[in-house]
Amino acid sequence: MSENNISIERKQYLKKKRQKKYLILLTQIAILVCFLALWEILANFGIIDSFIMSQPSRILNTFFNLTSNDLLMHIWVTTYETIIGFLIGTLLGTLIAIILWWSDFIAKVSEPFLVVLNSLPKVALGPVIIIWVGAGTPAIIVMAIAISLIVTILENLNGFMKTDKDIIKMAKTFNASKFQILTKVVIPANLSTFINSLKVNIGLSLVGVISGEFLVSKAGLGYLIVYGGQVFKLDLVMTSVLILGIVAGLMYASVLLLEKIILHTKKFK
Amino acid sequence: MAKLLEVQNLNKKYQSSQNEILALQDVNFYVNDGEFFSIIGPSGCGKSTLLSIIAGLEDKSSGEILIQGQKVNDISSKIGYMLQKDCLLEWRTILSNILFGLEIKGKINNETKSYAENLLKKYNLYEFKDKYPSELSGGMRQRVALIRTLAIKPKILLLDEAFSALDYQTRIMVTNDIYHILKEENITTIMVTHDISEAISMSDKVLVLTKRPGTVKKIHDIQFDIKDRSPINCRQNPEFTKYFDTLWRELGIDE
Repeated sequence: MSENNISIERKQYLKKKRQKKYLILLTQIAILVCFLALWEILANFGIIDSFIMSQPSRILNTFFNLTSNDLLMHIWVTTYETIIGFLIGTLLGTLIAIILWWSDFIAKVSEPFLVVLNSLPKVALGPVIIIWVGAGTPAIIVMAIAISLIVTILENLNGFMKTDKDIIKMAKTFNASKFQILTKVVIPANLSTFINSLKVNIGLSLVGVISGEFLVSKAGLGYLIVYGGQVFKLDLVMTSVLILGIVAGLMYASVLLLEKIILHTKKFK
Repeated sequence: MAKLLEVQNLNKKYQSSQNEILALQDVNFYVNDGEFFSIIGPSGCGKSTLLSIIAGLEDKSSGEILIQGQKVNDISSKIGYMLQKDCLLEWRTILSNILFGLEIKGKINNETKSYAENLLKKYNLYEFKDKYPSELSGGMRQRVALIRTLAIKPKILLLDEAFSALDYQTRIMVTNDIYHILKEENITTIMVTHDISEAISMSDKVLVLTKRPGTVKKIHDIQFDIKDRSPINCRQNPEFTKYFDTLWRELGIDE
């Protein structure tokens, strides 16, 4: 149907749909504004203790004094630790998933170990990791990898195993080698699984980095949160949490952007 | 007519943890060059297994498969295979899909490429070459799958219930199209189906398998006194009902 040829009913339908979208957005903003305003007012009137609960205006103040707190440096440290952990976790996890898909024997042997490792809270490995790789950035990155690795393996392996058996059979009728089946069928068919594991991983890597920074660090947002708590600078804690939220959001958004680029260049549904 | 494919004393046993199953027992038949040969039988009689063994996708327990007098034990380049589903790769264009077989075999060159493109032109799919499978109808997708198989220039084409995923209307049209393509390209075809009408309307010979363990019950010659034979005009011929009755009764006796 062409643009200038839309029926009144359709116009009304589209208008209603648009209105609903705006209404939802407006309500979301209103809730946030009300929450912040209430927080600010209650703190100003001394109904809640701003020393313990902090206060939006004080958070903002800390935020704008970025340089005096070295906030930028701390953000950078957390971001690069996360990105390195994310990249290594994703690549290593995908590689291991490919090996397990390739060899049914290795997959069967490693199954119980993977199940146990998957349900084990990786933070519990913290002290061991520190002893092994030393207290510092490497320990934090290893923690990020430990948290994201097993999930990546299981998620990708599950996708590989569920590849349409008939399509694999079709490739076999052309005498395809196992490597050809992997590169020409299994991997392209699981592109969406892979992207999903990226989305999960970026969040998990951040969890790993922050819990690593809680345990050992001299810098990073996790360090700032622990430090702020110890010296009762709740403004600093709240500001760090807020920034962490923004960092997490931006990282997720960049994975979404990457997804768009991949899907655009390689049409896939 | 020369024998193109011969199956001799073929046996197939399956092993499972509970027991051993004899799926096929002493299967013997041959297919002549240019013939359209169908295999029908009750469900679970091992007809798809038989086709997989001929294709080299499954091992046989004993017996021989000969193509042009030569023993075949592996996936032969003389054989093309089409499954029930079209198995098109959704992330590839139509052109890239039909070149898939050649690509796997490492045989893409100007000659093979233009042969495949000509097949697309000949069967009215060339204008869709840059489209994706999801933009095509079920019947067109099945034709693309056939061209992908024909692009490797097989001597024998195996059809494994290749049309049963299509709805009835499309199915009649597609079987008609594909019949003409196969006759035009002079491809010897072995088709496994559970649809008696489909077998009669397309075939020169129909082999009836018994229920498990599958063995050859009878091979029927199907002949119609029609000038330009096609699956659709066969269905309207009075002979059709006679063949149908015979085959239907033969399949029924076992049950």
